[in-house]
Amino acid sequence: MGKTIAEKIFDSHQIDNPSEDIHVIRLDAVFCHEITTPIAINDLIGRGKDRVFDSSKIKAVIDHVTPAKDSKTAMQGKILRDWARRHDIRNFFDIGRNGVCHAIFPEKGFARPGYTIIMGDSHTCTYGAFGAFAAGVGTTALEVGILKGVCAFRYPKTIQIQITGRVPDGVFSKDIILSIIGRLGVNGATNKIIEFTGPVVEKMSMEARMTLCNMAIEAGATCGICYPDMTTVEYLWEFIKNEYTSQETALKAYEIYVSDPDAQYDDLIEHDVGNLSPQITFGYKPDHVRPVKDMEGVKIDQVYIGSCTNGRIEDLRVAAQVLKNNAVHESVRGIVSPATPTVYLRALEEGLIQIFMDAGFCVTNPTCGACLGMSNGVLAEGEVCASTTNRNFNGRMGKGGMVHLMSPATAAATAIAGHITNSKLFKG
Amino acid sequence: MKKFNGKVLFLDRSDINTDEIIPAKYLTEVSKKALKPYLLEDLNLEGFNPQIDTRCKSVIITRANFGCGSSREHAPWALEVNGFFLVIAQSFARIFRQNMFNCGMLAAELPDKTINYIFNTFSGKETFIETILEKKEFIIKADDLIEKVNFVLSDFDLSLLKSGGWVEYADSKY
Repeated sequence: MGKTIAEKIFDSHQIDNPSEDIHVIRLDAVFCHEITTPIAINDLIGRGKDRVFDSSKIKAVIDHVTPAKDSKTAMQGKILRDWARRHDIRNFFDIGRNGVCHAIFPEKGFARPGYTIIMGDSHTCTYGAFGAFAAGVGTTALEVGILKGVCAFRYPKTIQIQITGRVPDGVFSKDIILSIIGRLGVNGATNKIIEFTGPVVEKMSMEARMTLCNMAIEAGATCGICYPDMTTVEYLWEFIKNEYTSQETALKAYEIYVSDPDAQYDDLIEHDVGNLSPQITFGYKPDHVRPVKDMEGVKIDQVYIGSCTNGRIEDLRVAAQVLKNNAVHESVRGIVSPATPTVYLRALEEGLIQIFMDAGFCVTNPTCGACLGMSNGVLAEGEVCASTTNRNFNGRMGKGGMVHLMSPATAAATAIAGHITNSKLFKG
Repeated sequence: MKKFNGKVLFLDRSDINTDEIIPAKYLTEVSKKALKPYLLEDLNLEGFNPQIDTRCKSVIITRANFGCGSSREHAPWALEVNGFFLVIAQSFARIFRQNMFNCGMLAAELPDKTINYIFNTFSGKETFIETILEKKEFIIKADDLIEKVNFVLSDFDLSLLKSGGWVEYADSKY
């Protein structure tokens, strides 16, 4: 019987099978940020186990609240910083070099096909875009990852979603994943892996695939995953060129991480996006999804463009394309957070930052801040935000605030109009 | 090992997320105790008052997909420091469920029909639960009503409860 990509990765990493379907796997990378890691560090110190399994496989960043906003967040940064120095963790990204974890770690080439990755962050599923098994875990599981380089999971069951059809102009990866979450429900893929395949995914850039996989958790999935192909190889080439004689050789090596034709799936879904229009959330759950036109005219107070879902260069390009020669509506506050310093620099070079600032946007440093209501754009009670982030939970961006999730194109168009509306890129 | 007994808080809603259990603004705390006043502060449930309704309770019974959203272990910690060591639900989000066991707390799934029956029979009454771990059995009591319900618990999850969590288990074994 054939295997899925996730089964292949599990089987090549398994070190124990302590009970029924529980598999303990060896980890290729453990990623850390300053919100969930400091408590793990303190607990390890308390247990007399202040060790790391392999400092070269641990990567850390300060991204959620940066620069620190108060004494508590300053202490979280300090605990992580001191620990990284103490254990000689070379890949530690502090102020000036830091960015949103799920944007900066891929950019540095830390996610590779066939890898197993954990992080104390639910959107770790993003790295599945590279053909890796990557899952968010809690602080205790992270602690064991840091200490022993292992983690326990149920053996993966997979839902394959084949994305087909010609993607209409003005419809993006974000609209596609919102429509998929709307279809599956927030619990539709719990304890399962979503394999994204089909012609639409094959044509997607790595950035678009990351947007897709990033929100797999919003349907409950352990990980979203795409097959590695030439797009993956080209994205990673500067990091792997010494390992392989050519891109074709690298592709051949990576192609073992593709599901077999006779692999067994929990469910096979065809998702035709040929007639899809831009999508938006309307309630407090990510599966409360409807077409943007059904929400046309809803007034908003803030527009936020950024995050591990949509803060990459492609996202900023699309938003700037819509914003060019326009101004943010007088009743709206516009905030854009380029997800990493590299994204920020490229946006500067390409003139995108100029467009954002001319339109009246506030450009912040790279940070997660506003997405989870921690800093850099928290909502007041009763306010409404048009956001390119991934969660619209009650109070997510500030107590009593409402969040509508959408693509960067829709967010930019909404900023200009002052109310929810489709971008001019969509001709439907 | 913790005890999984006590008075029940019924939360009659599906998809209660970790932002509702403990809002992100409290994630700057580096001690579990500091989370105590904020449990379920943003819960979107009509008529629910976190200060009053969680008082003297130590078991939660709820619907599907409890603990969805963020990976924050602060969610089970906020429950733990308020004396809730047991959550019974129709289903759990993966990370939340694992976090519960990793902290030596019990997350038990019961079938849809059983959860409906418990809500219909006990919700609104002062209800107590006693857990007999050896028999994998809950004894649910209210007024003169007594029900016994069996639950599933894997050997691995039981060993996590017994060994005091995943850190000690993994460090001794791998």
